[in-house]
Amino acid sequence: MPGNSHAHDGLPKRSAPPVSTMDFNHQDRANTLVQAQQIGVQRNGRWLIRGIDLTVRKGEIITLIGPNGSGKSTTVKTVLGVIKPDEGSITRAPDLRIGYVPQRLAIDWTLPLTVDRLMSLTGPISKADRRAALEEVGIGHLAQSEVGALSGGEFQRALLARALARKPDLLVLDEPVQGVDVAGEAALYTLIDQIRHKIGCGILLISHDLHVVMAATDTVLCLNGHMCCSGTPQSVAEDPAYLQLFGPRAASIAVYAHHHDHTHLPDGRVRQQDGRITETCHEPHDHSHSHETPKSGVTGHVG
Amino acid sequence: MLDDFFTRAIVAGIGVALVAGPLGCFVVWRRMAYFGDTLAHSSLLGLALSYILSINSTLSVFVVSVLIAMSLLYLQRRASLSSDSILGLLSHSALALGLVCIAFLTWVRLDLQGVLFGDILAVSTTDILVIYAGGAAVLIALIAIWRPLFATTVNRELAEAEGVGPDRINAFFVILLALTIAIAIKVIGVLLITALLIIPAAAARRFAAGPEQMAVLAAGIGALSVVGGLFGSLEWDTPSGPSIVVATFIAFLVSLALPSVALRQRLRRL
Repeated sequence: MPGNSHAHDGLPKRSAPPVSTMDFNHQDRANTLVQAQQIGVQRNGRWLIRGIDLTVRKGEIITLIGPNGSGKSTTVKTVLGVIKPDEGSITRAPDLRIGYVPQRLAIDWTLPLTVDRLMSLTGPISKADRRAALEEVGIGHLAQSEVGALSGGEFQRALLARALARKPDLLVLDEPVQGVDVAGEAALYTLIDQIRHKIGCGILLISHDLHVVMAATDTVLCLNGHMCCSGTPQSVAEDPAYLQLFGPRAASIAVYAHHHDHTHLPDGRVRQQDGRITETCHEPHDHSHSHETPKSGVTGHVG
Repeated sequence: MLDDFFTRAIVAGIGVALVAGPLGCFVVWRRMAYFGDTLAHSSLLGLALSYILSINSTLSVFVVSVLIAMSLLYLQRRASLSSDSILGLLSHSALALGLVCIAFLTWVRLDLQGVLFGDILAVSTTDILVIYAGGAAVLIALIAIWRPLFATTVNRELAEAEGVGPDRINAFFVILLALTIAIAIKVIGVLLITALLIIPAAAARRFAAGPEQMAVLAAGIGALSVVGGLFGSLEWDTPSGPSIVVATFIAFLVSLALPSVALRQRLRRL
């Protein structure tokens, strides 16, 4: 229970600074990027989150899921240091470089901001890196466009490119596929999976979409103010606490698991294993890959 | 050259406009027009204080503005009233308090018209020195904090998550704003300072492709408006401060009539 679990040994006193760069007690301390222990955030006498444990290591994807108001964003912001925890502790690797894609980012019309300028918002980024990151998410042609003129999906890609261009140790994505169409969604998730292999960063991801939890995710944390359950995507989908939280419909969770024999290109087309570019990954439908699904009545990812 | 009162007025006015333009862009981007107004109104209290204590008016206006700004920042985070209401409350209270205080200073013959609307034709070479020294300090500081300030303006949480300290940067910005208001009072007056901050910035928006460009454009448009407004006030014998503001407003209207950057880009693509 979250109520009594926060009082274990080794936590700093409430007066102590909650964020420190102290040594991790794990043998994999070199790989641990950030660790939250029993964190809780209180507003107006109500605990928004409590008793949350979370560790992100290099090259790992941690996905937070949970219903609206379950404290996913609060948890992420606390881990990022934007919100100060009222209890518990957060330990970050020294000189941790963070790339953050917030859930909402409203750019006022009065702000003249091109995509290219957005890239170097919080720190200088070389021209080559800016271009490479935009190409990577498939919007290289939009570098000189005003941010306000982008579609929802393009804007989301621009935000992802901006976070990538920083070459972060820890990439934090708060619902990175919102406003992206279904085909683009799969492409973005594939890209996110590739990113951690490519730059070796840890990824902390929020997804409210239960139907598209990536199989690439190492650990899924299901939140509902407290830790509902956690584990691999498969084990969470079968966890009674998860099913109780989301109802029986959630048993049909579509874990995005397929063999990577084709690549989703940013423009929605697909590069097959043999190098062909096709409109969809079923074309021609030769069953060169399969869509694995954990339960019956499942819809696989579209595309 | 600075012997002539009109030349002094133009030099002083341009100095203020060059600082107000870039700073005004941030006021527009951050929706802080009312905040600027409140600071400007509170400077009347600072003026009254300078007479009571017989100290330099720019200094006392600066100190009082900074104090008011800091309490505003604090109140906005703490109080249960909306920040809009807090600003309205403080803005008019400060103005009224300042006017009442000045009325008590029976031994001072204060030109209230000059305080409220500016008395640019009476600026001395010392005033010019203060404007340019203070203005240079503000601009250098603004350039130094430009990237973190802009990042915080775009999104506070994003900036904080990626290691920019937004609280510190915000406080620093407000101090720069207070300093700008302190040096601009003599030129433009308590009631119209906000206009010189936001109207050139608004006029610059449609022609700017980036934030840095908008800041430079706003400074240029402000400086042109000062020159235009002062010549107008000389020609038609109108008060200098309001004439300058009318000139900025005309610049804004002209900007609406000209094709914007976005439109030109679209036309080029056709």
